[in-house]
Amino acid sequence: MAALVDVLSRMARDRAVLLGAALILLLVLVAILAPLIATFPNDVWDIHPTQRLRPPDASFLFGTDRMGSDIYSRILFGARITIMVAVVAIGVSLLIGVPIGLVAGYYHGWPSDLLMRFSDIFLAVPQIVLAIAIAQTLGPSIENVILALSLTYWPWFTRLVYAETRSLKNEIFIESTIALGASPFRVIVFHILPNVSSAIIVRSSIGMGFTILTAAALGFLGLGAQPPAPEWGRMISESREYLPDAWWYALAPGLAIFLVVMGFNLVGDGLRDILDPRLRRAPKSNG
Amino acid sequence: MNPLLSLRGLETRFPVRNAFGLRTGWVRAVDHVTLHVMAGETLGLVGESGCGKSSLAKTIIGINRPQAGEILFDGHDIAGLHAGERRAVARELQYVYQDPGASLDPRWKIGSLLEEPLKIHTALSPAERRRRVVEILRAVGLPEAHLERYPHEISGGQQRRVGLARILTLRPKLVILDEPTSGLDVSVQATVLKLFRELRDVFALTYLFVSHDLSVVRLMCERVAVMYLGRVVEVGPTAQVFDAPRHPYTRALLSALPRIGGRRVTDDLKVAGEPPSPTDLPQGCRFRPRCPLAAERCAAEEPALGTEPHAAACHFA
Amino acid sequence: MVELLAVEDLTVGFHTDAGLAQVLDGAGLRIDAGEVVGLVGESGCGKTTLARAILGVLAPAARIGGGIIRFKGEDLLQQDAARLSRDIRGRAITFIPQDPYGSFNPLFTVGAQIRDLVRWKAPRAGRERVMELLRAVQIPEPERALEKLPHEFSGGQRQRLMIAMALLPEPDLIIADEPTTALDVTIQAQILKLLRDLVKDRGISVLFTTHDLGTAWEICDRVSVLYAGQDMEAAPTASFFAAAAHPYTRALLLSLPDPEGDIRDIPGEVPSLLEPPSGCRFHPRCGRASEACRSRPPRREPAPGHLVRCHHPVA
Repeated sequence: MAALVDVLSRMARDRAVLLGAALILLLVLVAILAPLIATFPNDVWDIHPTQRLRPPDASFLFGTDRMGSDIYSRILFGARITIMVAVVAIGVSLLIGVPIGLVAGYYHGWPSDLLMRFSDIFLAVPQIVLAIAIAQTLGPSIENVILALSLTYWPWFTRLVYAETRSLKNEIFIESTIALGASPFRVIVFHILPNVSSAIIVRSSIGMGFTILTAAALGFLGLGAQPPAPEWGRMISESREYLPDAWWYALAPGLAIFLVVMGFNLVGDGLRDILDPRLRRAPKSNG
Repeated sequence: MNPLLSLRGLETRFPVRNAFGLRTGWVRAVDHVTLHVMAGETLGLVGESGCGKSSLAKTIIGINRPQAGEILFDGHDIAGLHAGERRAVARELQYVYQDPGASLDPRWKIGSLLEEPLKIHTALSPAERRRRVVEILRAVGLPEAHLERYPHEISGGQQRRVGLARILTLRPKLVILDEPTSGLDVSVQATVLKLFRELRDVFALTYLFVSHDLSVVRLMCERVAVMYLGRVVEVGPTAQVFDAPRHPYTRALLSALPRIGGRRVTDDLKVAGEPPSPTDLPQGCRFRPRCPLAAERCAAEEPALGTEPHAAACHFA
Repeated sequence: MVELLAVEDLTVGFHTDAGLAQVLDGAGLRIDAGEVVGLVGESGCGKTTLARAILGVLAPAARIGGGIIRFKGEDLLQQDAARLSRDIRGRAITFIPQDPYGSFNPLFTVGAQIRDLVRWKAPRAGRERVMELLRAVQIPEPERALEKLPHEFSGGQRQRLMIAMALLPEPDLIIADEPTTALDVTIQAQILKLLRDLVKDRGISVLFTTHDLGTAWEICDRVSVLYAGQDMEAAPTASFFAAAAHPYTRALLLSLPDPEGDIRDIPGEVPSLLEPPSGCRFHPRCGRASEACRSRPPRREPAPGHLVRCHHPVA
């Protein structure tokens, strides 16, 4: 508990991290409060052909799109999709990647090598390409985007956890716990995992940003949520035809993506500095 | 009386690889060591860097796997056991690192660290575990309040005590102490040695005391074994070995030890040269190149360790 | 005896996150020409800081609060940095560090590193002199040795090389900071003998810091002891060990392993340098302490050459 308070207070002193945290908080609030703060909540699926492509004004804060729907409201609801994709994709990646990394790092020999080569295969595939392949086979949908993202992101966790586990295995406190008779399960779950958790948190934060960006790219290619879902990437894709006249059409979703990704990256970078050296450094004296 | 720990012909080798990963030779860190430790005694294991004493300690505890030989602990051969079988032995045979404080997971509270061995090896209730932990804490001279603290919140000396306490919760029979006073200030060393003595009496422990510091070994150990390049070259009661050493290396070692108030060793130095590379051992007796008594026989035939109580591996002992 | 170096009343503090650590408090030391002086003390006593202060290589966080370091008549603390760097450090005063494994650049041959030293600090030394010194420190095959890389030498051999390099500029004073701590006892004996023979032949003074009293006994003419940044006692070696007057020195000597029997440690712990005790810093742990000990005792000389700072010295 005290450790958490300390981390939070350190975060508060770092302006970049604060900005990032604020942006993420904004995203979450927007997603939760969307029905309340949207000016035209029904525009998620309603169309208004008479209001097509209006520039931003008092009632349509970000203008309207090709269906006449209010872009501002659609952006707000799109935040929900964004969060869902990020959280589920990273969550599944964690669930797959971390255990594999732990096991591969803890044990030696060919099983460990096999696991790492297996994860290398997935690393070699560009996310976009795999996503396209999945979409072609299974049909475009937001679920399939999440599937594609999870399948391509988990090796990053595996690599990270593998390296950390290998180095932790040389630490005396791990060696002595093994000498004390602890089973591999106990050592991995209760000693190694807590000590790699800060690295995992940092990677998750940056991973969220990366995932959102890739999801947007997939949406842009038409592989994600299908209309009328207000997915940000898709909105940018739709705007292509109408640029540069309907400049507001791409600006709003583009800005939203930019701010969210930057938010996660700032927090991730800041956390890396705050979490690791702090907890590794233990002041010692003789006596 | 059977020994608590008995090593027979123990051998641990490490491969030496060149830049291409091909094995070019072996380092025989532990080279056919035969030694025993009786229950209740403290056996000192001395030697300079590269003699193999640390490798021997790690082989006994299972961190290194021996290539040959037996380790009889309480009658059972534990040399060839797998990791799973080893865990049962851990309860009785423990190992203390040079810095026991480093054996504490920095993210765990001290109370949990002390309870962990009990959780692994016993089926005690939480209340009973707690009781044992408090008892141990008191035995090493620490306050109960420490249970709620993290390792980095207490001093280095207190961390050391917690590290020891953690091992003692299991009431082991044999504890291997690996360079326990290395690098410590003299007064701190005195405190630590006092603690070891008290714990030995309270918990009826048997110690294998590995150290390069001869004066500490003389103080703490009833018997001592001297190692040189992987072999035991002399073994016997400490007073006898120190007062009347039979092996030339032991004599050289003792002669190089500064003695405050006595003759300066640097005035009259009897030892020259440095130990050879462990991958390139001399033929016959390995101390031969530096030995003042070396003769032809020493190059032809490697001397065997004689019979106890005071034995030396030298043709001229 | 001719005074070579005198440290008087030196106070040094370090700025840390937790406040000002008062590492040296009015510390004093004297080294005469041709003398080997041991500076003993436990971790944190300030001996390394004192050695660095003399060399002029204190960390940037250090604050010198007062005092004099008089070397051959002039106060080093008043000299300008360029002159110190050019004439004193590495030339009139050289240094042998503790860690033989970290003191050489692993990428360059030993010969190249010695050549650099010669160029900057000992321009008059020719190849012959380098060879002569390598032979004096008993490095086998000196010509070939120059072409080798540092990792090809053992720890003991590296310390011999360091000794040779410390002697090259023909210094007046060598500061040896725990030079044998990392070495095995048989090698240690050889290195100590070598160092002592070489400096005695050449009339060089040595400041030998150590926490191992046995090595101080071996090669020092005089021994000075520091505790928590304060100098407590200084005496010729024989009387230091046989007739120590300061309670801390006595307690320290008593805590050495004694095969006969009891282990005597010193109760209490070394004080925090952030909030040290007033006056004599040992008084909270001293069996002879009184109210008077809250103020720093003056230096007294109960026997010629034997200095003690204590209100209640042991007779």
